[in-house]
Amino acid sequence: MNWLLTHLDEVGGLMVTHAVLSVIPLVIGLVVAVPLGWLAWRYRLLRTPLVAGTGLLYTIPSLALFILMPLVLGTGILDPLNVVVALSVYTVALLVRTVADGLASVPDEVLQAATAMGIGPLRRFFGVQLPLAVPVIAAGLRVAAVSNVSIVSVAALLGIAQLGSLFTDGFARNFLDPIIVGIVACMVLALALDLAILAVSRAVTPWLRVGSPA
Amino acid sequence: MNLLWTWLADPAHWQGDDGIPVRIAEHLAYSGVTLLLAAAIGVPLGLWVGHTGRGRVLVVNLVNGMRSVPTLGLLFVAVLVVGPLLAGDIAFVVPAIFVLVVLAVPPILAGAYAGVEGVDPGARDAARGMGMRPLEVLAKVEVPCALPLIFSGLRSAALQVVATATLAASVSLGGLGRFLIDGQAYRDYGQMAGGALLVAVLAMLVDLVLAGVQRVAVSPGLAPVRTSRRTGRLSRLVPTTT
Repeated sequence: MNWLLTHLDEVGGLMVTHAVLSVIPLVIGLVVAVPLGWLAWRYRLLRTPLVAGTGLLYTIPSLALFILMPLVLGTGILDPLNVVVALSVYTVALLVRTVADGLASVPDEVLQAATAMGIGPLRRFFGVQLPLAVPVIAAGLRVAAVSNVSIVSVAALLGIAQLGSLFTDGFARNFLDPIIVGIVACMVLALALDLAILAVSRAVTPWLRVGSPA
Repeated sequence: MNLLWTWLADPAHWQGDDGIPVRIAEHLAYSGVTLLLAAAIGVPLGLWVGHTGRGRVLVVNLVNGMRSVPTLGLLFVAVLVVGPLLAGDIAFVVPAIFVLVVLAVPPILAGAYAGVEGVDPGARDAARGMGMRPLEVLAKVEVPCALPLIFSGLRSAALQVVATATLAASVSLGGLGRFLIDGQAYRDYGQMAGGALLVAVLAMLVDLVLAGVQRVAVSPGLAPVRTSRRTGRLSRLVPTTT
């Protein structure tokens, strides 16, 4: 582990880039998936095309999607934007179904009670339905976060620097240390994101803790 | 865009030892071998866990934990560690298949386990009441009822394997990934994009084929129950308990 001690700065820098490349798509994906998931929940006819259609995007292998992105975006092959957009696509693919399921998990009586109290449709959605759907949506978001971290590393094959670069460098030099450090750093990052989402989800759903033994 | 179509339309790329058909065959061979091995490990183990209820926590944690392991790193470690012990192409094939199997087992295992665990306890009791032995209950009731989830595990494993088999090219193996890696080495974007498109189409076709197999294999009685929109009633006759 001497290698790690002498390369702490480098690993730290790559880890920050890696985190940024994984988190931005998560945010974009969530913002896009909520309205799409709402459409899938509200209009039954749209559900199958929306859920199956976005699910189809998930079948595209990540390396292939990174490479095809420049055709759509007009970017260069080395542009990290390709990675961000590709991962946003995966996040949306995973989350549309989750958001639709989460919204459906809110009991009808609750929505009717909200309406009866005079709460308008927009406030009812953001103030009642969406918060109650948070546990389901957060579960999907955690899966997306963990797989994003793993997928970002593949972009190293195209020369986009992040923790995956430790894999390609180590392999090119027949040197295990950086690869092992990279794997551990990726797993630590995935775990940290997973826990962060769990913590936020708990913080915004205080009612779930009431009455249950800690 | 033009580069992509020019590359795909060139007949020279569709023949020979490094032509597109050969690469597709290699890709399918890696994926097929992997899925067979992974299913041979994951399905019985999942059935056992689901049937006996032992080792549940382990399965759930294994599936979640494996998702966070970066496959590319694992592949490189496997090649560097196992490779020197073997000679020739095998030195790359064995570690690559090993990593793909490691990737494919968790979803298959989880599908088989969740499928068996989710079987209606009433059906299980009825089978036992009819005098079936535990193995008969498993083979005649639990497995057929669990098939939809077993297939969903197999399909998500297949998707991951076909996608990840692309990475095999980065350790000098064949498969469609060759075009992505070589295209990059020669700064030939047409080849990269062409290969990428082929992998994407192949992944979708494999999923479609497995969906077809699932349709044929799963009993029609297990098809998702549709509810009529107007009445909200079940449109199929479903035995009620009251």
